[in-house]
Amino acid sequence: MNGDTTPRLQSGTIRHPRPKYLDLFRIRLPVPGLASILHRISGFGLFIAIPFLLYLFQLSINSPEDYVRYRAIFAHPITKLLLIGLAWALFHHLFAGIRFLLMDVHIGLELERARANSIIVIIAAIVCAAAIGVLLW
Amino acid sequence: MVNRVIVGAHYGLRGWVVQRVSAVVMALYVLVFIGILIFGRPTNFSEWRGLFGGQVMKLATLLFTLSLLLHSWVGMRDILMDYARPMSVRFALETLVAVLLVAWGGWAVQILWSV
Repeated sequence: MNGDTTPRLQSGTIRHPRPKYLDLFRIRLPVPGLASILHRISGFGLFIAIPFLLYLFQLSINSPEDYVRYRAIFAHPITKLLLIGLAWALFHHLFAGIRFLLMDVHIGLELERARANSIIVIIAAIVCAAAIGVLLW
Repeated sequence: MVNRVIVGAHYGLRGWVVQRVSAVVMALYVLVFIGILIFGRPTNFSEWRGLFGGQVMKLATLLFTLSLLLHSWVGMRDILMDYARPMSVRFALETLVAVLLVAWGGWAVQILWSV
């Protein structure tokens, strides 16, 4: 590589390393940031769960024999734990998504309100997932 | 080589709109579905299967599935754009996601229309 052909942002300026602060264990996110990254994590989790849920749905609806197998899988503690986790992901993604839609139409943008409704979203999702957990168990 | 313009008023707008429209469709479906579970209380196999027998429920579920696939595509693409590097890895993962979503969509249609 010839140094003269290296692309530069502007002629004459030399790129120097920008400061990075990416130690995940030392980053302290503000609450709206926490709601946002949880929205992303829950979305990824729901994506991964699609084939698992399709499999369960197929078993549950295919035949009476498969329905019995579905009930057995459903009754297993590991399945219940997974479903409670998925319920949290669904509720957090739904509530945080509604919050983002409201922000699209300029509702709840002020810092204080943004903080307050983030806390509401995070807690409401945990409460709903806990309620599902009680129903399942 | 094609010089794609990646700035300007319209870049990414379609994904933005798709994400929101599909979100609203899925939110409505989930709310109605939770309502059906609470008030209809399907407790055995025939009731549960019967729930998906009607044409309205099939089409609503199909619409939900379609929204889920589009929504997942935009969301996963956003995630990969942020974290997957270099470009070759990102492209491979985007292809994988697209193939998986189409396959899962076909599977969902197969399940729905077997009822």
